[in-house]
Amino acid sequence: MKRNAVSKSLVLLALFAVGLTSALGAQTLLGSGATFPAPAYTKMFDEYYKLTGVRVNYQGIGSSGGLKNVQDRVVDFGGTDSFIKDGDFSKYPGAVVHIPTVIGAIVVTYNLPGNPKLRFTSDVVANIYLGKITRWNDKAIADLNPNVKLPSLAIMPVYRSDGSGTTFNFTAYLSAVSAEWKSKVGNANSVSWPVGQGAAQNAGVAGVVKQTQGTIGYVELAYANQNSMPVATIKNSSGNWIDPSLASTSAAAAGAFPADTRIVLVNPDAREGYPISSLTWLVVYREQNYGNRSREQAEQLAKLLWWMIHDGQQYVTALDYATLPPPAVKAAEAIVKSITYNGQALVK
Amino acid sequence: MNDRRFNVLLSFAALVIVFIFAGFLFTLVVQSLPAAKQEGAAFLYGSEWNPVTTRFGALPFIIGTLMTSAIALVIAIPLSLSAGIVMGEYVNSGWIRSVLNTLINVLASIPSVVFGLWGIEVVIPLVRKLALLVGAPPYGAGILSASLVLAIMIIPYMSSMTREALVNVPAGLREGAFALGLTKQEVVTGIALPFAKKSIFAGILLSLGRALGETMAVTMLIGNATRIPKSLFSLGNTLASVIASQFNEAASEVHRSAMMGLALILLVITMIAGWFGRTLMSKGMGAYGK
Repeated sequence: MKRNAVSKSLVLLALFAVGLTSALGAQTLLGSGATFPAPAYTKMFDEYYKLTGVRVNYQGIGSSGGLKNVQDRVVDFGGTDSFIKDGDFSKYPGAVVHIPTVIGAIVVTYNLPGNPKLRFTSDVVANIYLGKITRWNDKAIADLNPNVKLPSLAIMPVYRSDGSGTTFNFTAYLSAVSAEWKSKVGNANSVSWPVGQGAAQNAGVAGVVKQTQGTIGYVELAYANQNSMPVATIKNSSGNWIDPSLASTSAAAAGAFPADTRIVLVNPDAREGYPISSLTWLVVYREQNYGNRSREQAEQLAKLLWWMIHDGQQYVTALDYATLPPPAVKAAEAIVKSITYNGQALVK
Repeated sequence: MNDRRFNVLLSFAALVIVFIFAGFLFTLVVQSLPAAKQEGAAFLYGSEWNPVTTRFGALPFIIGTLMTSAIALVIAIPLSLSAGIVMGEYVNSGWIRSVLNTLINVLASIPSVVFGLWGIEVVIPLVRKLALLVGAPPYGAGILSASLVLAIMIIPYMSSMTREALVNVPAGLREGAFALGLTKQEVVTGIALPFAKKSIFAGILLSLGRALGETMAVTMLIGNATRIPKSLFSLGNTLASVIASQFNEAASEVHRSAMMGLALILLVITMIAGWFGRTLMSKGMGAYGK
């Protein structure tokens, strides 16, 4: 009698598990990766669920982790803040494509008495982080800001202690504008900083800068806005002084756009573009029939991607992300159309 | 259940622990091989840690770990011993004792992330003021802040071990000493403390183990700089804090592997500390009364 009850409940449990997995298979997409766009994705996926009933589960575990999950084929898509390098494609069991989703801006923020609005050239930013400009009233800063009374305070640079796409893009910018930075420090998720203090996450850097006079830090635009921190105006490669904003960030990507969308947005040629802008991508396999994926699941994924680069864009500006400009959308459209199941396109 | 079965069950459970430890060690060793091969012995004494050029030397973190733990012990030992003596010897009954006990227990159960937050809001601003006074760079974060909070985190362990050790001193010994006309102070310093010193020392070691491996609070307070700390106000990193900071986004295989190597070093340091303590206890600090 007892045994019977046990086996009955086991069967029920098994049925439940089967039901659950089939529900997951049909109506849920799974992704993981970059934390920087995670708030935008959460908002988009929430709207998408209301619209279509398809649940999208995204775990913000970091770009490296997301790409690793794509390599292991345990997710439908991965999110990354730095595109896959040419030499790394061989790590993936199939051809992968990049779909750009949103654009972020990394702002240079600081804490000075009265928090005046400051202007920096790329040289000044690089030399501060190289430890060559050490005081706020240094001539290099004073010359750019003749109307600001700069205090004789030590400059304390703050950086991200955790490996991050933000650091990747910020150091990509410094490498692009300073040969010395490129040779001495370089460009990666985490680097060996010549000077300064580390703090965890955007929130940590924002926290240290807010708390400490004399600090300078780099954070995502959203964090600076939400904490009402001062942000520096930066001179771009065309010689224009650009305030970080959603419009100037979008403008950074408005120039020529490569077909595979793998472009480093920092220090762009775009005349009105903010120079420390960064794209973020979703990475998926071009041929979707792998493992035991159904055609239906592949279609769901392609539809989601299509929606994200079009209708989904309207939800991101409220969260301080910049939308894709038309050339980027066009390139992304072509890529989503190239995704196939058994060689057949999923979106036409 | 007969005796034999009981024995088998117990031995099996004990073996599981051995296997878990062996498997743990094996994983760390195997996974740290790529970094060890690339760096050789320089992994231990190299002072450059650069994910871009993939040069990995653990010395800054080894020094950071030893420095913060040592300073934390120096701060915590006198405070904890005093607190333990007060609770074990002087406040023998009543509500004061139970309040003290409760406070210590609560302190011991506070999650370390809370200590980290408190450190950011309270300790860092204080240390910053101190740094400005002595003319050091006013980061606030750094070795001193991390050590101070570590000290506060280990005080509950050390002081309750001290109290337990003193409470367990046989009543006969005290009564005899009082009967011979010794004062309270003489009984504490001459009888109770010498009798309890082994257990007290064990408490200090336990606390050291905790300080060496503490991750969250230290990561939040130490300033996360991969340089060898040169003073109390320097920024630094410990083995545990750099693993916590960089492991998630370690992009290259050798970076990941170097993290495993750091974990192995931390494990070895903790084991050496434990072994050193036990040897000291059995040799230098023999039986009661010496």
